[in-house]
Amino acid sequence: MMQATIRLQREDFDATAESAALTRGRTDIGAVVTFTGLCRGAESGEPITALTLEHYPGMAEAEIGRHVEEAFARWPLLGATVIHRYGRIQPGENIVLVVTASSHREAAFAAAEFLMDYLKTRAPFWKQVESRAGAAWVEARDADDVAAARWDKPPGREAAE
Amino acid sequence: MKLVYFAWVRERVGKAEEDVVPPASVKTVAELIQWLVGRGEEYAYAFEQAKSIRAAIDRSHVRPDTPIAGAREIAFFPPMTGG
Repeated sequence: MMQATIRLQREDFDATAESAALTRGRTDIGAVVTFTGLCRGAESGEPITALTLEHYPGMAEAEIGRHVEEAFARWPLLGATVIHRYGRIQPGENIVLVVTASSHREAAFAAAEFLMDYLKTRAPFWKQVESRAGAAWVEARDADDVAAARWDKPPGREAAE
Repeated sequence: MKLVYFAWVRERVGKAEEDVVPPASVKTVAELIQWLVGRGEEYAYAFEQAKSIRAAIDRSHVRPDTPIAGAREIAFFPPMTGG
Protein backbone atom coordinates (compact mmCIF):
# COMPACT_ATOMS: atom_id res chain seq x y z
CA MET A 1 0.00 0.00 0.00
CA MET A 2 1.39 3.40 -0.96
CA GLN A 3 0.41 6.22 1.33
CA ALA A 4 1.00 9.89 0.48
CA THR A 5 0.14 12.84 2.68
CA ILE A 6 0.72 16.48 1.71
CA ARG A 7 -0.25 19.35 3.99
CA LEU A 8 0.35 23.07 3.99
CA GLN A 9 -0.42 24.66 7.31
CA ARG A 10 0.19 27.67 9.50
CA GLU A 11 0.46 25.64 12.70
CA ASP A 12 3.39 23.51 13.89
CA PHE A 13 3.68 19.76 13.25
CA ASP A 14 4.90 16.81 15.32
CA ALA A 15 7.58 14.95 13.35
CA THR A 16 7.48 11.91 15.65
CA ALA A 17 3.71 11.58 15.38
CA GLU A 18 3.80 11.95 11.59
CA SER A 19 6.45 9.26 11.28
CA ALA A 20 4.47 6.95 13.56
CA ALA A 21 1.30 7.56 11.55
CA LEU A 22 3.09 6.47 8.38
CA THR A 23 4.24 3.14 9.82
CA ARG A 24 1.33 2.26 12.12
CA GLY A 25 0.04 -1.27 11.52
CA ARG A 26 2.59 -1.92 8.77
CA THR A 27 5.13 -4.73 8.70
CA ASP A 28 6.35 -4.19 5.12
CA ILE A 29 8.23 -0.97 5.96
CA GLY A 30 11.85 -1.52 6.95
CA ALA A 31 13.15 2.04 6.70
CA VAL A 32 11.80 5.48 7.56
CA VAL A 33 13.72 8.69 6.94
CA THR A 34 12.44 11.81 8.69
CA PHE A 35 13.84 15.21 7.73
CA THR A 36 12.83 18.36 9.58
CA GLY A 37 13.89 21.82 8.43
CA LEU A 38 14.02 24.45 11.21
CA CYS A 39 14.23 28.20 11.33
CA ARG A 40 17.77 29.35 12.20
CA GLY A 41 18.35 32.29 14.50
CA ALA A 42 20.76 33.93 12.05
CA GLU A 43 20.88 34.49 8.30
CA SER A 44 24.27 35.25 6.68
CA GLY A 45 25.71 35.86 10.14
CA GLU A 46 23.03 38.40 11.13
CA PRO A 47 20.59 37.57 13.94
CA ILE A 48 16.94 37.38 12.83
CA THR A 49 13.74 37.75 14.82
CA ALA A 50 11.50 35.69 12.54
CA LEU A 51 10.85 34.32 9.07
CA THR A 52 7.65 34.88 7.15
CA LEU A 53 6.84 32.31 4.50
CA GLU A 54 4.61 33.38 1.65
CA HIS A 55 3.19 30.70 -0.64
CA TYR A 56 1.01 30.30 -3.73
CA PRO A 57 -2.09 28.46 -2.48
CA GLY A 58 -3.26 25.86 -4.94
CA MET A 59 0.01 25.70 -6.85
CA ALA A 60 2.09 24.78 -3.80
CA GLU A 61 -0.04 21.69 -3.11
CA ALA A 62 -0.08 20.75 -6.81
CA GLU A 63 3.67 21.18 -7.24
CA ILE A 64 4.54 19.17 -4.13
CA GLY A 65 2.05 16.53 -5.29
CA ARG A 66 3.83 16.26 -8.64
CA HIS A 67 7.17 15.73 -6.88
CA VAL A 68 5.76 13.13 -4.51
CA GLU A 69 4.34 11.27 -7.52
CA GLU A 70 7.74 11.51 -9.19
CA ALA A 71 9.40 10.10 -6.05
CA PHE A 72 6.99 7.14 -6.04
CA ALA A 73 7.80 6.57 -9.74
CA ARG A 74 11.57 6.65 -9.15
CA TRP A 75 11.91 4.59 -5.97
CA PRO A 76 10.06 1.66 -4.39
CA LEU A 77 8.47 3.84 -1.71
CA LEU A 78 5.75 2.59 0.61
CA GLY A 79 4.81 5.97 2.01
CA ALA A 80 5.65 9.66 1.99
CA THR A 81 4.54 12.67 4.04
CA VAL A 82 5.36 16.28 3.22
CA ILE A 83 4.26 19.12 5.50
CA HIS A 84 5.26 22.71 4.77
CA ARG A 85 4.36 25.59 7.06
CA TYR A 86 3.61 29.14 5.97
CA GLY A 87 3.16 32.41 7.84
CA ARG A 88 5.41 33.76 10.60
CA ILE A 89 7.93 31.33 12.07
CA GLN A 90 10.40 32.09 14.85
CA PRO A 91 13.96 30.77 15.32
CA GLY A 92 13.94 27.20 16.60
CA GLU A 93 10.53 26.42 15.16
CA ASN A 94 9.82 23.81 12.49
CA ILE A 95 9.40 24.87 8.83
CA VAL A 96 9.18 21.72 6.75
CA LEU A 97 8.85 17.96 7.23
CA VAL A 98 9.61 15.17 4.77
CA VAL A 99 9.05 11.55 5.82
CA THR A 100 9.74 8.70 3.41
CA ALA A 101 9.19 4.99 4.02
CA SER A 102 10.41 1.97 2.09
CA SER A 103 11.41 -1.65 2.59
CA HIS A 104 15.08 -0.69 2.55
CA ARG A 105 17.03 2.40 3.48
CA GLU A 106 18.49 3.39 0.08
CA ALA A 107 15.13 4.37 -1.40
CA ALA A 108 14.00 6.18 1.75
CA PHE A 109 17.22 8.25 2.00
CA ALA A 110 17.32 9.10 -1.71
CA ALA A 111 13.64 10.01 -1.97
CA ALA A 112 13.84 12.28 1.09
CA GLU A 113 16.80 14.17 -0.42
CA PHE A 114 15.07 14.38 -3.79
CA LEU A 115 11.92 15.81 -2.22
CA MET A 116 13.84 18.38 -0.18
CA ASP A 117 15.97 19.49 -3.15
CA TYR A 118 12.83 20.06 -5.20
CA LEU A 119 10.95 21.77 -2.37
CA LYS A 120 13.81 24.28 -2.17
CA THR A 121 13.83 25.17 -5.85
CA ARG A 122 10.42 24.34 -7.34
CA ALA A 123 7.76 24.64 -4.65
CA PRO A 124 6.25 28.17 -4.71
CA PHE A 125 7.32 29.46 -1.28
CA TRP A 126 9.25 32.63 -0.51
CA LYS A 127 11.02 33.45 2.75
CA GLN A 128 11.27 36.93 4.15
CA VAL A 129 13.53 37.54 7.16
CA GLU A 130 12.80 40.03 9.89
CA SER A 131 15.78 41.51 11.67
CA ARG A 132 16.74 44.76 13.35
CA ALA A 133 17.55 46.10 9.87
CA GLY A 134 13.95 45.51 8.77
CA ALA A 135 12.39 42.96 6.44
CA ALA A 136 14.25 41.42 3.50
CA TRP A 137 13.44 38.67 1.00
CA VAL A 138 15.79 35.70 1.09
CA GLU A 139 17.69 35.27 -2.18
CA ALA A 140 17.69 31.89 -3.89
CA ARG A 141 21.00 30.03 -3.51
CA ASP A 142 22.83 28.66 -6.55
CA ALA A 143 23.83 25.67 -4.40
CA ASP A 144 20.16 24.70 -4.12
CA ASP A 145 19.80 24.73 -7.93
CA VAL A 146 22.90 22.56 -8.23
CA ALA A 147 21.50 20.13 -5.65
CA ALA A 148 18.19 19.88 -7.50
CA ALA A 149 19.87 19.52 -10.92
CA ARG A 150 21.57 16.26 -9.91
CA TRP A 151 18.16 14.58 -10.07
CA ASP A 152 17.63 15.72 -13.68
CA LYS A 153 18.69 12.43 -15.19
CA PRO A 154 16.65 9.84 -17.03
CA PRO A 155 13.97 8.45 -14.68
CA GLY A 156 14.28 4.84 -13.69
CA ARG A 157 18.04 4.82 -13.20
CA GLU A 158 17.83 4.79 -9.43
CA ALA A 159 15.31 1.97 -9.49
CA ALA A 160 17.85 -0.16 -11.35
CA GLU A 161 20.65 0.53 -8.90
CA MET B 1 -7.00 36.51 -17.72
CA LYS B 2 -6.05 36.79 -14.09
CA LEU B 3 -2.50 37.74 -13.13
CA VAL B 4 -1.15 36.97 -9.67
CA TYR B 5 2.09 38.20 -8.12
CA PHE B 6 4.13 36.93 -5.19
CA ALA B 7 6.92 38.08 -2.86
CA TRP B 8 8.93 41.09 -4.12
CA VAL B 9 7.23 41.00 -7.51
CA ARG B 10 3.93 41.58 -5.67
CA GLU B 11 5.45 44.36 -3.58
CA ARG B 12 6.90 46.14 -6.60
CA VAL B 13 3.74 45.87 -8.72
CA GLY B 14 1.79 47.05 -5.68
CA LYS B 15 -1.01 44.50 -5.90
CA ALA B 16 -1.46 40.77 -5.39
CA GLU B 17 -3.66 40.15 -8.42
CA GLU B 18 -5.51 41.81 -11.29
CA ASP B 19 -7.54 40.96 -14.38
CA VAL B 20 -6.06 42.02 -17.71
CA VAL B 21 -6.97 41.70 -21.38
CA PRO B 22 -3.73 41.88 -23.36
CA PRO B 23 -3.94 42.54 -27.12
CA ALA B 24 -3.94 39.55 -29.47
CA SER B 25 -0.37 40.34 -30.52
CA VAL B 26 0.82 39.24 -27.04
CA LYS B 27 1.32 35.52 -27.50
CA THR B 28 3.94 34.30 -25.00
CA VAL B 29 4.88 34.76 -21.36
CA ALA B 30 7.88 36.89 -22.38
CA GLU B 31 5.66 39.09 -24.57
CA LEU B 32 3.19 39.46 -21.72
CA ILE B 33 6.01 40.72 -19.49
CA GLN B 34 7.05 43.22 -22.19
CA TRP B 35 3.44 44.41 -22.47
CA LEU B 36 3.14 44.80 -18.69
CA VAL B 37 6.41 46.77 -18.55
CA GLY B 38 4.87 49.26 -20.99
CA ARG B 39 1.92 49.83 -18.65
CA GLY B 40 3.77 51.72 -15.96
CA GLU B 41 6.89 52.22 -13.94
CA GLU B 42 5.80 49.85 -11.16
CA TYR B 43 5.82 47.02 -13.74
CA ALA B 44 9.12 48.18 -15.20
CA TYR B 45 10.55 48.03 -11.67
CA ALA B 46 9.04 44.60 -10.90
CA PHE B 47 10.31 43.08 -14.14
CA GLU B 48 13.64 44.94 -14.47
CA GLN B 49 15.57 41.71 -13.82
CA ALA B 50 13.56 39.69 -16.35
CA LYS B 51 15.84 36.68 -16.03
CA SER B 52 15.09 36.41 -12.32
CA ILE B 53 11.34 36.25 -12.82
CA ARG B 54 9.64 32.87 -12.79
CA ALA B 55 6.19 32.24 -14.25
CA ALA B 56 3.41 29.70 -13.89
CA ILE B 57 0.34 29.17 -16.03
CA ASP B 58 -2.64 27.62 -14.30
CA ARG B 59 -0.39 26.57 -11.41
CA SER B 60 2.37 24.83 -13.38
CA HIS B 61 5.86 26.23 -14.00
CA VAL B 62 6.38 27.52 -17.55
CA ARG B 63 9.23 28.98 -19.61
CA PRO B 64 9.25 32.48 -21.14
CA ASP B 65 8.48 31.17 -24.64
CA THR B 66 5.32 29.35 -23.49
CA PRO B 67 2.14 30.49 -25.31
CA ILE B 68 -0.43 32.15 -23.07
CA ALA B 69 -3.47 31.29 -25.22
CA GLY B 70 -6.22 29.74 -23.09
CA ALA B 71 -4.52 30.59 -19.78
CA ARG B 72 -6.88 31.41 -16.91
CA GLU B 73 -4.29 32.38 -14.31
CA ILE B 74 -0.70 33.49 -14.89
CA ALA B 75 1.62 33.98 -11.92
CA PHE B 76 4.89 35.90 -11.72
CA PHE B 77 7.31 35.49 -8.83
CA PRO B 78 11.00 35.50 -7.84
CA PRO B 79 13.10 32.31 -7.62
CA MET B 80 11.62 30.14 -4.88
CA THR B 81 13.14 29.93 -1.41
CA GLY B 82 11.01 27.37 0.41
CA GLY B 83 12.02 24.19 2.20
